[in-house]
Amino acid sequence: MFWVVLALSIVVWLAVIGVAIYAMRRNRDIASDHTGLWLILGGGVIIPTVVLSVLLVWSLGVMPTLREPSRPPALVVEISAERFWWRVRYRDANLVVDSANELRLPLGEPVEIILTSPDVIHSFWVPNLAGKMDAIPGRTTRLLLEPERVGRFRGQCAEFCGTSHAQMAFAVEVMPRAGFDRWIAAEARPAVPLAGAVLFETHGCGACHMIRGTAARGTAGPDLTHVGSRRTIAAAALPMREADLIRWIAHTEDVKPEVNMPSFAMLPRRDIEALATYLLALK
Amino acid sequence: MSAEDALAETRRVGAEQLRAVWKRPGGWRRLSSVNNSDVGRWFAFACLVFMLTAGVMALLLRVELATPAQDVLSARQYNQLYSLHGSVMMFLVAVPIFEAISMLLLPAILGARELPFPRLGAMSFWGFALGGLFVIGSIFFDAAPDAGWFMYPPLSTQVSGVGSDVWLLGLGFIEITSIAAAVELITSVLKVRPPGMRLNFIPLYAWYVLVVGAMVIFAFPPLIAGSLLFELERELDMPFFDPTRGGDPVLWQHLFWIFGHPEVYIIFLPAIAITAMIVPTVAQRPIIGYSWIVLSAVGTGFLSFGLWVHHMYTTGLPNISLGFFSAASQAVVIPTGVQIFAFIATLLAGRVTRSTPMLFIAGAFAIFVAGGLTGVMVGLAPFDWQAHDTYFVVAHLHYTLFGGAVLPIIAGIYYFYPLITGHMLSDTLGRWSFWLIFIGFNVTFLPMHLTGLIGMPRRVNAYPAEIGWQALNLVSTIGAFVIAAGFAVFVWDLFRSKRDQPERPRNPWNAGTLEWAVSVPEESWGVRSVPEISSRYPLWDEPEIVGRMDRGEFFLPDAPTGHRETLITSVLDATPSHVLRVSGDSFVPILAAFGLGGSFILPVFKLYWFALASGLVGIAAIVWWHWTTTAQPPEKNARDAGMGLTLPVYVSGPSSTGWWATWITMLALLTAFVSLVFAYFYYWTIWPVFPETTPAAAPHWGGLALLGVAWGLTITGLKLNQRGHAASFRAAFVTAFGCALAGGALFQWAPFAAGMDPTVHAYPAIVFVLHFWITIHAALGALMLGYCVAKSWDGRLTRDYDADVWNTLLVWHFTLGMAFVAAAVTGLYPGAT
Repeated sequence: MFWVVLALSIVVWLAVIGVAIYAMRRNRDIASDHTGLWLILGGGVIIPTVVLSVLLVWSLGVMPTLREPSRPPALVVEISAERFWWRVRYRDANLVVDSANELRLPLGEPVEIILTSPDVIHSFWVPNLAGKMDAIPGRTTRLLLEPERVGRFRGQCAEFCGTSHAQMAFAVEVMPRAGFDRWIAAEARPAVPLAGAVLFETHGCGACHMIRGTAARGTAGPDLTHVGSRRTIAAAALPMREADLIRWIAHTEDVKPEVNMPSFAMLPRRDIEALATYLLALK
Repeated sequence: MSAEDALAETRRVGAEQLRAVWKRPGGWRRLSSVNNSDVGRWFAFACLVFMLTAGVMALLLRVELATPAQDVLSARQYNQLYSLHGSVMMFLVAVPIFEAISMLLLPAILGARELPFPRLGAMSFWGFALGGLFVIGSIFFDAAPDAGWFMYPPLSTQVSGVGSDVWLLGLGFIEITSIAAAVELITSVLKVRPPGMRLNFIPLYAWYVLVVGAMVIFAFPPLIAGSLLFELERELDMPFFDPTRGGDPVLWQHLFWIFGHPEVYIIFLPAIAITAMIVPTVAQRPIIGYSWIVLSAVGTGFLSFGLWVHHMYTTGLPNISLGFFSAASQAVVIPTGVQIFAFIATLLAGRVTRSTPMLFIAGAFAIFVAGGLTGVMVGLAPFDWQAHDTYFVVAHLHYTLFGGAVLPIIAGIYYFYPLITGHMLSDTLGRWSFWLIFIGFNVTFLPMHLTGLIGMPRRVNAYPAEIGWQALNLVSTIGAFVIAAGFAVFVWDLFRSKRDQPERPRNPWNAGTLEWAVSVPEESWGVRSVPEISSRYPLWDEPEIVGRMDRGEFFLPDAPTGHRETLITSVLDATPSHVLRVSGDSFVPILAAFGLGGSFILPVFKLYWFALASGLVGIAAIVWWHWTTTAQPPEKNARDAGMGLTLPVYVSGPSSTGWWATWITMLALLTAFVSLVFAYFYYWTIWPVFPETTPAAAPHWGGLALLGVAWGLTITGLKLNQRGHAASFRAAFVTAFGCALAGGALFQWAPFAAGMDPTVHAYPAIVFVLHFWITIHAALGALMLGYCVAKSWDGRLTRDYDADVWNTLLVWHFTLGMAFVAAAVTGLYPGAT
């Protein structure tokens, strides 16, 4: 549809500007008042009415297919957009899985995204998959995705939500159904038991973060049970690398101003490194 | 002495009288000038300064975006700068520049001496300057608005700091001054036309002033109502937009865009108005399709109020509303197309003379048509779901605003500069600045369509380096500096010394409309005599007219009583009705503007008592200026107006300008009230269960009844006064005064008496606001009643001179109407659902 509208626009632009330039260049009067009125009627009323009516009917015609599923959704994902990250909960068959800042979707199946927000208005947008939909406090909005090709995409918040709005993105991965089933089964399992869990607990990280299978039961921040398997840190603000994890833990406020998590620069360097190693190992 | 000598002597005396009456104050006292040509120049200059400031902000934003990383500005600074760039360009440039240009040119276009309310115009300018400096200055204290020019709650209510107060109160005040200016301009087009300028002879510019003025009257009040709710939430914790207590953030979006979309046309139509003056001149023939253009302008005005939802396509509204607003958005193309084709047809039918203004108009066409076409694209809901809030929209809106406002305004400045300053601008510099701006503009904004389509959202200060947005952004930044260079050339051309140049010819473009009859060198009286016209282009069709105006052969060629005067005509046929004595230079408008401005600005600093005191000073200043200058009984209610016509100098009721201005102002207040009622019913549509509590019946209906009595007594008072019963008239008005205050107080108390606490839930909060609105109008009505009584006691309000009583009654008609609706809504509706 876009290409047709674009081509049409270019034709209209050339026609209007062509006539305008012709009118200014030539300095004999060739048109009479009468022809002038016909030009106004034709160019200003008749042609636009016809063209726009056709366009409108066509675009309204495609609207329902973009918004309503052709069959019941195979997967429901509840996303809560919060300053400045995404809380994600998958509801697949009889499985409920919590995750954050990353969205994995099965190829070729309708997925319903249910959007809410506890703080301010955000907007959920994956440019390569579909249009955007706002997440509005006090309301629930819905969006339908039906990915047509596998791949990794970037999604982001498209409604200005404050200082770190630019850093509120997320990673999307579309995968074949079999791979998706394997992944979600893994995502549903508790974390692998590791020694770093003690350090995570002593420094109070568990007050805000959940690592299922450990003592960390906080729900204020993102679920970190399998954080090591994600490709990005802090809602796609940084890539998932040890150096960046260390930077994020120590200088949170520099990476994302006004984020809820405090900077932990006061911890011993050794501990921060150990925490980063631990988190990376949470596959 | 021969008859000719006597005539010459009369003319000399008349000119001397006029010169003395219209003399401008010198030195620092010049600031007290209220003359439209002074105030209009200051106003336009202030807009230009604000525009350049906001332009520099845009350059800073572009520098930040030239590279992916966050480097030059912090995220906080970036957000403040982009919020201010948009807010300043909208509220401090785009709307007021039209009012400034109109204030400057409208009297000349209408062949009049002055606008009907010079002091209102001056107050509106000083308020604008104060509010504008306050809002822009906040950036230097890290306190600027940082939640976007659209101020969506809850971000701006619950998260954002003092910047939101700066926006709401600073710009709220400016919106009010814009309405004040609109009242003056509408009244001028209706009543200050020269004799003979029937509706179908009105210059197109004045038609557009009328349409745009009316749009300001209907579009700004919803935003003011929204801002009132907003500030009540921020300061008094009334939860209008807080979903945890029954509020809804989307309500603000409706109120904002009901204002915001007409706003786009409030900006665009004045540019068309300027084009409509330039095109016939360069084509050297009358415009083709005059009535088509007028109807299209009016049609655009109406349609623009039905488009607001296309800013909200992604909020999850039902498809049926999207379809409706999609259709309305496409429909507005038609009147716009008619106006553009009318200009093209005129150019085709005429002999086009090349000139700098025409160059800018041609560039504006090219850019605006492209912007209109991308507008058609985003008007289609499915397309918008993708393009919404991306750089595609940034490109679209800059195409419409540059093509539909900036370039035509520069064209207008090149065209009217000789009229305003007496000198011509340079053609060479004009061509340089045009090509720099035109090329720079396209280099900046054409790539942005693509940047947006490949996924870059608006309002981000940084972006990932690896996803290919960098090259496009760098190109846009380079283009922005080319635009800046073009503006530098333009500003240099404006302000370079032109002392060594000869004075302009009288009518340098050989135009056909009255403003080019203004004499060279300019005299501050405007026109030597107010002409009688009989065509659309008097300077082309009536070659004698300029000479006759100069010789003072038409109306008001003198000023025998030492008052500044202008001729008032009837609304439809422009037959002379009376001579209006307009107020003279004074510092009082400055005091009034600063007093009222203080009452808006001081609450930002939590200085509530100072704010109250400042507001009282402002109100006192306004009362004082009315008391001393408006509607004063003349020595003799008749004046030889010239051309053998004797006209009254005092009228009251529907033929007076004051009555029209009151009417228009009340219409704006009524619109704000309707917006509040809209909010009430909006809540009704979203709440599953509507609360059943109503205000306490006794004070509710008792309060309404007392206001009804006050209204009835105002009517009775008017009749008593007309029959000459001064004492009974005063008694009626004093009783009405008491009823108004008591009724207002009771009505305000009614919801509290039923235990409705406005901080608990949005329902008692909206009820509180509806009652509050009535109470302040009751107070306003009481103030006017008291004013009439005092003036009657002073002997200056009598049986024959009763304009104030008429205006008071008009305010009471509106107040009682609103009170009746408010009482019915809050008192009866909950039981009926």
